[in-house]
Amino acid sequence: MAIDSYYSIAYLAIFLPAVVIAYTVFPKKARWFVLLISSGIFFWSMSGKLLIWLIVSIFSIHYGGIYLSLLQKERDGKMARAKAQQGGPSKKEIRKLYQKKQLAVAAAVALFNVGILVFLKYTPFFGANMNRFLAWIKAPFSLNIPSFVVPIGISFYTLQAVAYVMDVYREKFPAERNIFRLALYMSFFPQLMEGPICRYPDTSGALWQGERIQFENLVSGMQRIAFGMMKKLVIADRLNLFIKNVFTNYNQYDGGITALAAVLYTCQLYMDFSGTMDIVLGTGEIFGVTLPENFRQPFFSKSISEFWQRWHITLGAWFKDYIFYPLSMTGPMKKLTSHGRKRLGNHYGPLTAGACGLFCVWLLNGLWHGAGWHYIFFGMYHFALILAGSLWEPAAAAICRLLHIRRTSVPWKGVQIARTAVLVCIGELFFRAHGLRAGLFMFFNIIWGFSLSSFGDGTVFNVGMDKKDFLIAFIGVLIVLVNSIMKEKGTRPRKWLADRPVVFRWALCYGLILFVVIFGAYGAGYVPLDPIYANF
Amino acid sequence: MERLIRILEDIQPGVDYSTCTNLIDGHILNSLAILSLVAELEDEFDVVIPTVEIIPDNFNSAQAMYALITRLEEEDGYGD
Repeated sequence: MAIDSYYSIAYLAIFLPAVVIAYTVFPKKARWFVLLISSGIFFWSMSGKLLIWLIVSIFSIHYGGIYLSLLQKERDGKMARAKAQQGGPSKKEIRKLYQKKQLAVAAAVALFNVGILVFLKYTPFFGANMNRFLAWIKAPFSLNIPSFVVPIGISFYTLQAVAYVMDVYREKFPAERNIFRLALYMSFFPQLMEGPICRYPDTSGALWQGERIQFENLVSGMQRIAFGMMKKLVIADRLNLFIKNVFTNYNQYDGGITALAAVLYTCQLYMDFSGTMDIVLGTGEIFGVTLPENFRQPFFSKSISEFWQRWHITLGAWFKDYIFYPLSMTGPMKKLTSHGRKRLGNHYGPLTAGACGLFCVWLLNGLWHGAGWHYIFFGMYHFALILAGSLWEPAAAAICRLLHIRRTSVPWKGVQIARTAVLVCIGELFFRAHGLRAGLFMFFNIIWGFSLSSFGDGTVFNVGMDKKDFLIAFIGVLIVLVNSIMKEKGTRPRKWLADRPVVFRWALCYGLILFVVIFGAYGAGYVPLDPIYANF
Repeated sequence: MERLIRILEDIQPGVDYSTCTNLIDGHILNSLAILSLVAELEDEFDVVIPTVEIIPDNFNSAQAMYALITRLEEEDGYGD
């Protein structure tokens, strides 16, 4: 029985309990070792010998980090001596010289890691496009494009590797001398497949500490795991029947069914990814490791910009810290910002430099999700929406003032939330479509071929989901919605539950487990959905 | 401090900068405002604000920004 996802029986019923038992049995000093070996087994069971790529990555950031620390120490020594000596290079000059050296080292290590990712994941995409270009210019030859098996989680752990080495370069913390500690940060099994993308100080301490498993952490972690399973097995997997049909045979359905498929896919993606995050964070909680949250009720967002501060938060934060600000704050960009402000004012002035940074962020964000033009389109779509939102903002404020619309009023917020949800669904349609051409076909089908007749004559119940499936999925979504509303209002649902009488508490927990067991979409007729984000 | 408050009021008017302590966490200053702010602060105080310093703790209040500038000025001036 192989571990192929966090929802598999092999993971939930065998692997995780075995790790918990081993972790409990081993003395505190050796618990990090249990987690590291377990992570190695987890990776090996999915990607086998491709583990070598992860090891190469760990070695590169380990020795890169140590070299950076040595340079920083050397610089500090020279600066201290510069203070005492007269006539030598000034402290500023020494700092500048070493900054260049350190940047070269940090960039080399970061590029090495990104290079591995690009080589393994994007060679077929770039090669195929190059061949298309060669055919277009009628070149007498074409390239022989190799394709590689990509190790599990490479898109996630590569970003962690880059974050580590850049943070050592930025002197946020000293380089880690213990390679095993670094290996555990890079490979901790719950976050290996789909993140969250952690920063070194977030998790390394707790992972290494090996604190005893607390009963309340165990219960709370398991509750979160059960909730994640509900999202995935009851909702996401069930919706797959409908979504797969419509997206595969997209030219056979009218605009109404296509629009519903786009909405359901958005829902599925959220349930799949946030459900996995519940399992990941719940597992971390069991071992006393607080992993960063990746979602904050994204469908309450009032703009696309806000949506991306609530959806896949750790990816957005990574792009902001390591792409957006470093690019927008280079010398020429700073000059552009200052110049723009003087000419175009506070709002539009910094937008030029900001737009350059945003463009790079969204191009890379699209590419990070996959090697395909529709992913690039997905990134550019969000870039255009965020930029348009910024450009439009002063005009929107003026129109609201003119029409006496209070922008903080509940109805107006409702309109903004609905508008954002529609825009997100359109983006996800392209994201899921089988290529850009199919995405465009489906989008225009919604606009020109929209009809409600499929809903009236019952066709909608023959696309893969019957009435019962829709009802069960709806109840699941309702449970998630109540949980989200509680969080949005500042209530912590599990804390709220812990404060209820014991009978109520356990009844609710068992009710949830029964709901998953009875209504989980498995067995004959159901094809479980592969974890969507694990493929990125 | 007065120069700093003047720059802040110029970039984002209508905020009481002497008391506000959640300029970033409260989404009062967005990333575009931060770009303007960094460019202006570097011009005005002749310091270089490295990317690593762009964290909410350093920009949540005028006091925190002032402390950052003072620290960067000291680091730059020291030993010259």
